[in-house]
Amino acid sequence: MKNTESPGLSERFNARSIREFSSKNAIVLVLIGLVVFIGFVQSSFLSLDNLVNILRISSVRLIIALGCGGILITAGTDLSAGRTVGLAAVIVASLVQRPDYASKIFPSLPYLPLFLPILAGVAAGLIVGIINGFVVAFLKVPPFIATLGTMVIAQGASSLYVDRPPRGAQPIGGLRGDFTDLGTGSLGFNDTWAIPTIILIAFVIFFLYWVMLNKTRLGKNIYAIGGNLNAAVVSGVNVKKNLITVYVLGGILYGLAGVLLAARSGGATNNYGQMYELDAIAAAVIGGVSTNGGIGTAGGILTGVLIFEVLNNGLVVLGVSAYWQMVVKGIIIVSAVALDIRKYTKKR
Amino acid sequence: MSGNEFILEMKNISKNFPGVKALDDVSLRVRPGSVHALMGENGAGKSTLMKCLFGIYQADGGEIILDGKPVSFANTKQALDAGISMIQQELLPVPQRSVMENFWLGRFPVKNYGLVRLVDHKKMYADTKAVFDDLKMDISPNTKVINLSVSKIQSMEIAQAVSYHSKVIIMDEPTSSLTENEVAHLFTIIRKLRSEGVSIIYISHKIEEILEISDEVTIMRDGKHIGTYPDKELTTELIINRMVGRTLTNRFPPRENKPGEVFLKVENYTSTVERSFKDVSFEVRRGEIFGIGGLVGAQRSELVESLFGLRGVKSGTISINGKTAVITNPIQAKKYRIALLTEERRTTGIFPVLSVLDNTLIANLDHYVRKSRLLDRKRGDKDAKDSIEKLRVKTPSAATHIENLSGGNQQKVIVARWLLTEPDILILDEPTRGIDVGAKYEIYSIIADLAKSGKTIIMISSEMPELIGMSDRIMVMCEGRVTGILDGKKATQEQIITLATQFM
Repeated sequence: MKNTESPGLSERFNARSIREFSSKNAIVLVLIGLVVFIGFVQSSFLSLDNLVNILRISSVRLIIALGCGGILITAGTDLSAGRTVGLAAVIVASLVQRPDYASKIFPSLPYLPLFLPILAGVAAGLIVGIINGFVVAFLKVPPFIATLGTMVIAQGASSLYVDRPPRGAQPIGGLRGDFTDLGTGSLGFNDTWAIPTIILIAFVIFFLYWVMLNKTRLGKNIYAIGGNLNAAVVSGVNVKKNLITVYVLGGILYGLAGVLLAARSGGATNNYGQMYELDAIAAAVIGGVSTNGGIGTAGGILTGVLIFEVLNNGLVVLGVSAYWQMVVKGIIIVSAVALDIRKYTKKR
Repeated sequence: MSGNEFILEMKNISKNFPGVKALDDVSLRVRPGSVHALMGENGAGKSTLMKCLFGIYQADGGEIILDGKPVSFANTKQALDAGISMIQQELLPVPQRSVMENFWLGRFPVKNYGLVRLVDHKKMYADTKAVFDDLKMDISPNTKVINLSVSKIQSMEIAQAVSYHSKVIIMDEPTSSLTENEVAHLFTIIRKLRSEGVSIIYISHKIEEILEISDEVTIMRDGKHIGTYPDKELTTELIINRMVGRTLTNRFPPRENKPGEVFLKVENYTSTVERSFKDVSFEVRRGEIFGIGGLVGAQRSELVESLFGLRGVKSGTISINGKTAVITNPIQAKKYRIALLTEERRTTGIFPVLSVLDNTLIANLDHYVRKSRLLDRKRGDKDAKDSIEKLRVKTPSAATHIENLSGGNQQKVIVARWLLTEPDILILDEPTRGIDVGAKYEIYSIIADLAKSGKTIIMISSEMPELIGMSDRIMVMCEGRVTGILDGKKATQEQIITLATQFM
């Protein structure tokens, strides 16, 4: 809600409004604090190159976290996210190998127009999403179990896909330049005034997801289903249809994320996307999405992803060992959520 | 045992909830080794009083004296340890676990094995068996609770109360889902306990039962103590009179609705569930307020939830405005322009963490979809705001989470939600439950206005003054069957109680 009255200066800066502001925006403040702190200790962190790099990496993660976030808001969860990303990555990569590349997975594959491989990758995600949605909405299997199943299936499927005799399960490399441009190239007037394509794509997806959550029936229904499933049924919300849709949307986004991941890294293996689902859930939760359902915003998810990636990058820049990085990340996840949950647990 | 005249004295107990005085200076004195019945209409404060005794609520005023000593319980564990137990059927602890594990939950016997303490299953089994044998109950301690019948579960809980060496056992509507034989068995147990010096506080609506089993009867009304009478002095008429005995003043707005032609016709509606409603037929007119009365367990909510497609029916037909309607889910019900305000506001009504605005719009989003498939938030927000303003919902802003509103205002938001769907038939299940008196009047006015505007209204209520004060006609149900349809202007509370207890 917009506040239509404009408060006086004294009101605007009193202690209570500051406290309210910081409790509402705790997560954004954490992000800013992290950036300032890391930048203060190691100024190279704040270089344009490094910041753009963080955003590039965040782009793929954001798309996954959005897909997952919508599902979390319905009080569901999606463990298959990471492996679906991996499956889409190997599929798209196998279809865009350079014609002259020596160990192609499909040696006689003709040169395909770019949209076809991309579509194939996204379709793989779509199929996983349909299965998830069907199993959750119609067979009433708890989302944790349903997506645990598809997670394992997706991993098996991507390994089967890659492992072709006589070639064996090798990484898929030698991707076409027009494809990797999606992940590494930029769009703009000239070299100085250009934005990396992958960041643009992530931004568009973010915008669309924001519109979906805030401006469509689907979005409203997602919040309602997560907020009180029984009341949603009584209110005449088509729970099955909406649940399937949100899982399918998730699947499509994982597929797209897989495509972009392959484009950014210039290849794919059957290990791609491992653990991404947990990172996505953690980022969404850090961003204020409630695993009890009904609560969460696209902006929050974006903030959560940025915190996560700033941390990842920052710890490396600060020279923290890989093992300590994990410990620190774990602590940040729990404390960020403990902080955020204060908003909702005041009374009772 | 001490030689006190009373084992339990509750003196001048008061309890306030926001906007409601639930208990007003209530006293209850129970003699050792007696069955003390506690009676009153729904909402008279019986359960609240017992919850204050059992440590679920803390009384705002008054004192409790148990066995000569003043006590106050911060939680049920303390009450149990002090010798007070309560048998509540809906509070099944852990249905998937065994009888004995439920029995000793919170006080498992343990055995020391050097440094470790493990649960002593042998002792647990033997102790459980001993209590059951003593009470001549045929329950295996190893059965899972989920596999027991209602009556067996109740027996188990009584045995559990005995195992706590309870001096006072509270039984809240213990016979509501028992068969006749099971009731007879329960009474045998109660008599045995009484002969051993245990006191029973027995809450029930069933007058016959009260007259059969109780030694003394305390009657409550509107959160007040009306009187305590020895069983011998009481007759059915006297009890009803004391329970009801109130004059209707201006608690209801004037009604100017004029019932028109028959709009909804329900014929031979029978539930798929064996013990639920059977063979229910009635007609409701346009612009009519049709009340449904009965006791808790009369299957009224089940009936209206079936009309709305939330529950299944085995047989029966509905016709709306002369046309047969088939309704198997709420989405269809909405297409027939039916709206349902459910009884359980918390579990099936509000979306606690969503805004008042979103709570208002959720049932009517289809109405605000533009060609672009996006929602027309401006129009939706405006309609929602108009609607909550018209119903005078008191909220800091439309963006406030609904969980922060009072019960009455939450209820008004849900009414607003359904009004936005422009229903022809509005079903209200206990529309004023848990709402303070002022807000009640506002809800009544809203209902009266809707009827005046030609809507067909079905209202379930367990409060008889409300039924009589608001309804054009009143259908009374007992144990799933219709026992009568009364003219609202002429109906009396006595008539309704008689019909509501016809099969008891």
